[in-house]
Amino acid sequence: MEVFYEWARLLYETTGINLPFIYDSYDRARMLDGFFMTIKLSVTCLFFSVIIGVIGAFLQNSPLKWTRRIVNVYIQLFRNTPPLVQLYFFYFAIGTLLPKVTNEYGGQEPLLGGFAWAVISLSCYAGAYNVEIFRSGIEAVPDSTIEAAEALGFSRFNIFKDITLPLAIRVSLPALNNNLVNLVKTTTLAYAIAVPEMLYEANQIWSDNVNVTEMMVFMLLVYFVLVGILVWGMNKWEKALKIPGFGA
Amino acid sequence: MRQTKQRVLPVMLSPVKRICEERFQLRAWHGLALATIALLASIPVLAQTDPTRASIFDVLVRWMPLLLEGFVFNIIISISAMGIGTIAGAALGLGQISLNKWVRKPAWLITQFFRNAPWLVLLFFAMFLLPFEIHIGSLTIPLPDWLKAMVGLSLPVMANVSEIVRGAVVSLPSGQWEAAESLAFSRTQTLWQIILPQCIKRMLPPWMNLYSILTMATVLASVVGVSEVMTLTGQALAAEGGRSDLLLPFYSFVLLLFFVYCYPIARWTVHMEKKFAVIN
Repeated sequence: MEVFYEWARLLYETTGINLPFIYDSYDRARMLDGFFMTIKLSVTCLFFSVIIGVIGAFLQNSPLKWTRRIVNVYIQLFRNTPPLVQLYFFYFAIGTLLPKVTNEYGGQEPLLGGFAWAVISLSCYAGAYNVEIFRSGIEAVPDSTIEAAEALGFSRFNIFKDITLPLAIRVSLPALNNNLVNLVKTTTLAYAIAVPEMLYEANQIWSDNVNVTEMMVFMLLVYFVLVGILVWGMNKWEKALKIPGFGA
Repeated sequence: MRQTKQRVLPVMLSPVKRICEERFQLRAWHGLALATIALLASIPVLAQTDPTRASIFDVLVRWMPLLLEGFVFNIIISISAMGIGTIAGAALGLGQISLNKWVRKPAWLITQFFRNAPWLVLLFFAMFLLPFEIHIGSLTIPLPDWLKAMVGLSLPVMANVSEIVRGAVVSLPSGQWEAAESLAFSRTQTLWQIILPQCIKRMLPPWMNLYSILTMATVLASVVGVSEVMTLTGQALAAEGGRSDLLLPFYSFVLLLFFVYCYPIARWTVHMEKKFAVIN
């Protein structure tokens, strides 16, 4: 590792390509923190958005008219407004309405910090898309399958859990894949409310070292690799779940 | 004649509808109802605020022209970025289906690269790496912030349009190509006279979807300091002395602006998707 760090320093001294996040231990720590923050943010949001998607899709087929309506209003609201404004709305508008708590140093701090609001806002945003994705998957499940399950005495919830959802997931995986990639890219928005994720740390580094070009190219490459890993994993999962004769 | 009593067997019952077919749609009266609720809700707020401070409603009305101006600027950015992105993306998409390997592979790579990079990173990329003015001989062309933002936003649009074009061409049945070939059309003629005209219909819904996404992405320009609606909202809030009771109405107003603009587009897209749906 030391050789690699020294190589980066040499690269800077000979060619002027400045990569402080390799040779400088402080910048390296910052960059790594940012990287893990992005991973943490992405994974948490992926988890909650899928949960929201599944619950929303279940409620959308509910026999109650108003349940369906509320879910639909939620979807339309979150799909047709900018995610950045949603983030600001949650963080600044709703965040200030919540009560303050006293932290261990005796100071006042908001009940939910930037990270929590970023998770809430981004999960709701991606969740709205996921509901629609799961709905289209559920609609693709043949009626006869559900009728057969009804005839076997399954309850509405059990039909959803054991029959509809496993089949629907297989149909909706490609679209879900697309949306999750979008979600990982949208986590950069957390930069705007000062969540120390990767873009934020990169910004700090380029402000200190004035190496905008190198940092930008590095950012693009890192996100390219991150998204690539996600797509690769999802494709593997898609293949593993495949049932012969079902779905395209 | 013996009257037989009709017995209803379970199989004769009409089937129970399992999936709700009527989709929820906003109608004009919904807007009216919302406005009424908003007005009613503002009454206690009006009563609560002490008389020395202007009421929330007054403040909002006072800043509304400025915010609307900012929003129009957002729309201008979105339309021009869409224009640039569509032209570049169409060229790139045609490159992706080229027979020449040296055109096809780079076009694919560029498309994937810009499609997989976050919009905000691309925007930063354009903001910081484009010069603030260009010298061509003795002529100096300044590049203002909003122009750079436009370029930065048109990059991901380009990549997405490229995929839309490629997807549409690939989705056409190969019989179209074979039929054209047997009628002695050249490849260029087939593409321009047979394939692309059919593709337009298929490309329109995803293209409009992309436009809606782009419009919502224009607020990202506020992060890099272009004075569009979000920046102006922040400035208006600062000018009012950072009153925390103003945050909710102001951000709601911005959300509402975008909703009012994007919802009809979304509805229209769904309508077109239904209209152009391919019946197999």
